[in-house]
Amino acid sequence: MTLALKTTELAKTFDIGKRLIGPPRAQVRAVHPVSLDVQQGETLGIVGESGCGKSTLARMLVGLLPPTSGRIEIEGRALDRADPAAFGRLIQYVFQDPVSSLNPRKTIRQIMEAPLRQLHGLRGPALDARIAELFDAVNLRPEFLSRYPHEFSGGQAQRIGIARALAASPRILILDEPVSALDVSVQAQVLNLLADLKQRMNLTYLFISHDLAVVEAVSDRIAVLYFGAVVETGPAQKVFAAPRHPYTKLLADSAPVVGRPLGGAQSGELPDPLNPPAGCAFAGRCPRASDLCRREIPVLGAVEGDQFAACHHPIPH
Amino acid sequence: MRLFLRLLFRNRLAGFGAVVLGIIVVLALLTPVLPLHPPNATNTANRFLRPFADGHLLGTDHLGRDLLSRLMWGTRLSLAVGFAAALVAGLAGAAIGVMAGYFGGRTDNVTMRGVDMLMAFPYILLALAIVAVLGPGLLNALIAVAVVNIPFFARNIRGVSVGIAHREFIDAARLAGMGHTRIILTEVVPNIVPVVVIAMSTTIGWMILETAGLSFLGLGSQPPQADLGSMLGEARSALITAPHTSIVPGVMILLIVMSVNLLGDGIRDALDPRLRSGALARPMAATRVERVRVPAPSGEGLLRIEALETQFHIGPRTYRAVNKVSLDLKPGECLGLIGESGSGKSVTALSVMGLVASPPGVITGGAVRLEGQDLIGAPYEVLRTLRGRKVAYIFQDPLSTLHPLYRIGDQLIEAIRVHEPVSHSAAHARAVKLLEDVRIPNAPARIRAFPHELSGGMRQRVGIAMALANDPDIIIADEPTTALDVTVQAQILALLDDLRRSRGLAILFITHDFGVVGQLCDRVAVMYGGRIVETGPTADILSAPAHPYTRRLIACVPELGGGRRILAAIPGLPPAVDDLPQGCAFAPRCDKAQDACRMGEIDLQGTARQVRCLFPEGAP
Repeated sequence: MTLALKTTELAKTFDIGKRLIGPPRAQVRAVHPVSLDVQQGETLGIVGESGCGKSTLARMLVGLLPPTSGRIEIEGRALDRADPAAFGRLIQYVFQDPVSSLNPRKTIRQIMEAPLRQLHGLRGPALDARIAELFDAVNLRPEFLSRYPHEFSGGQAQRIGIARALAASPRILILDEPVSALDVSVQAQVLNLLADLKQRMNLTYLFISHDLAVVEAVSDRIAVLYFGAVVETGPAQKVFAAPRHPYTKLLADSAPVVGRPLGGAQSGELPDPLNPPAGCAFAGRCPRASDLCRREIPVLGAVEGDQFAACHHPIPH
Repeated sequence: MRLFLRLLFRNRLAGFGAVVLGIIVVLALLTPVLPLHPPNATNTANRFLRPFADGHLLGTDHLGRDLLSRLMWGTRLSLAVGFAAALVAGLAGAAIGVMAGYFGGRTDNVTMRGVDMLMAFPYILLALAIVAVLGPGLLNALIAVAVVNIPFFARNIRGVSVGIAHREFIDAARLAGMGHTRIILTEVVPNIVPVVVIAMSTTIGWMILETAGLSFLGLGSQPPQADLGSMLGEARSALITAPHTSIVPGVMILLIVMSVNLLGDGIRDALDPRLRSGALARPMAATRVERVRVPAPSGEGLLRIEALETQFHIGPRTYRAVNKVSLDLKPGECLGLIGESGSGKSVTALSVMGLVASPPGVITGGAVRLEGQDLIGAPYEVLRTLRGRKVAYIFQDPLSTLHPLYRIGDQLIEAIRVHEPVSHSAAHARAVKLLEDVRIPNAPARIRAFPHELSGGMRQRVGIAMALANDPDIIIADEPTTALDVTVQAQILALLDDLRRSRGLAILFITHDFGVVGQLCDRVAVMYGGRIVETGPTADILSAPAHPYTRRLIACVPELGGGRRILAAIPGLPPAVDDLPQGCAFAPRCDKAQDACRMGEIDLQGTARQVRCLFPEGAP
């Protein structure tokens, strides 16, 4: 197994209230130092609620956002300079909202041509042949090429988004909530297409979602993010069946499942990012929290085998 | 383009402006070939001839020059300068605005503060200063007017560009390897062109006036060259004795500026997507009703929706969003209405209280009976006393349903006092109690919070508190947890369930999520293509769905604990409700469909458990 993607202590801090000169008024740590390894051909699911930093992490990985510190390596090559064009041939991004990720004033052909011309210098018949090949791969009809984005349904637009990402012939795809804007019956079509493409093109996926069931269905491994930090990682079936971090357990218990009584009435909210707590960010909502948790930030450590959790008191099994 | 012209001329005043301006522009263009006197030929013997004098239709000025000829040549010049100034200001302003908006940060800060400084000067003073530096002359006046107007364009365009620069397709273009210049030219600019055109069309009149003003002061066109401003300036000394010399150019300026402004307003309305869909007309207070006949009451119940039909009439198309939907709700019951986007579930819910926007919505049939009283076609006053008091709504996005500028407490108090004449302090106490009921911690302090100061879950709690404010019998919850995180969703669902049991509320719960329905609802109705395809007790439907659509939709929903797998999918797309197939709407996607399914109407069959299918699941 070779390593497709490796991040070392990758972190992002945003300045709040920038001034023309002088330091900003405050700083928010959107992503705490994250170290992740993703194997070639693997799907890593990234789970977390809104505001947990998963999109910030994803945008750093494709070079849309310069990291504050840390390193990104793709297939052994270091890419720390935030230059999407350099990243583009190795790693691509599929956006959450399929329609707003397509320029409303361009035809689908113009949208598809951009990465092929810019990143691979294709022209003329080679360009047309490649577009036809890509459209075939995502099961879209070639006559769609002359239309404009608003003429497509969400599912079709998301296929176009996937085709555009594949046009760069990347090794890794970052899928940022690729199906959360779609209806259930269409969601499965897109997920199955993604699984099929992955196998055929030997891709590596980072699948970001807030929907645990979807993540579980597509992922080999899962990383759970809370308040900008990875709190648990491990093989997909283990993480949700036997969660070690109390937050993962809360997530798993909150997912609506037919036949399970309504639970999770426990209140609690994310801490204020401008005024983070001293210890574990989850301590305020955690039934297992002790004084140690409110004092010291736990570090990610192996709990058992390949399952890691950042918790002072991991749930035993 | 044809649509644009049709929208433009639908606005009568804009059409009038276009015609007047068109005539003026054509005449100005034709001026060199028209049989006119030379504009600068003086003839002092014939000075101040009145209009309709021999050979001089509009008379002559103080040097005996033909006024008609000078007017035409002057109009030509003024129009040219006005348009040129607008073009220069528009292009330069747009360039500055796009740069500032796209790059943001320090570039934005520095440029826009510079533009602000330019704006701080009174415009005529600034124009005078520029002309004073450059020297008088028409070209310099043009430069002055253009410079003075650049800030207006820069600010406008910058605002739009900031929005576009943060759209996802810009990120996509960067990932496609495009550089900044290419992104600005091919991705940003096409999206701001309408804004530039709108801004230009509404300011061109101003620019013509400003150029005329400078010429009037003697800083624009130099004698003997005529433009409208200098004609007025020269006529000033003879204002009393020969008023026609002032009136002629004055009327022309009036006509030009008026027609340009009317046309500009029309262009803005026709190009603005928000105004295009007929939103210029405010929606009516209650949905329009065009019912042929009222169905007879079919039974008792707290709320009975009977054969409801709601349509949207947009242009030549008719969208049958709700097609003969019947539902009933008993006191204390929770009914789930489930369907995909476009299935008509939200429109059904909004039709109950006449909240579908009209135009384009029309209720074309059926009845909604609240304790026996038909709400469709009820007078607005009746609907208003019932809205919130008997039937309350909870919407999907609490951030857009709460007013951002008022404290949540004030909004709650208003909701209470609309229906009950209680004192402010009594209402305040009730509001605190309501916030405590929806388990908002520290309610007496939180009541002073603004909506943006609360998290999504807290905002939705406030939305629920508002719905409860007048102790309604029925709550219609339209995807109340879709925008929330799972942990918060679980809290809100538990809260709704508690409230229902403690207050005996009936809930119509609209969702696309079977998991939520399974946990909360007693009965469920499944909608597809504007119709109910299956209804019955939740447990029965989830364990043994009878309609093929329900069965396959349930199979699509991934459940936690299933491990890594290939998910079931339904090929094809939901039907468009303006072009529904004959017979069963699901037939094109159904693997059991036969010719009979595509023939005619299929009725809902059964009593407690109803299904609209010729070949239901489980049947032999």
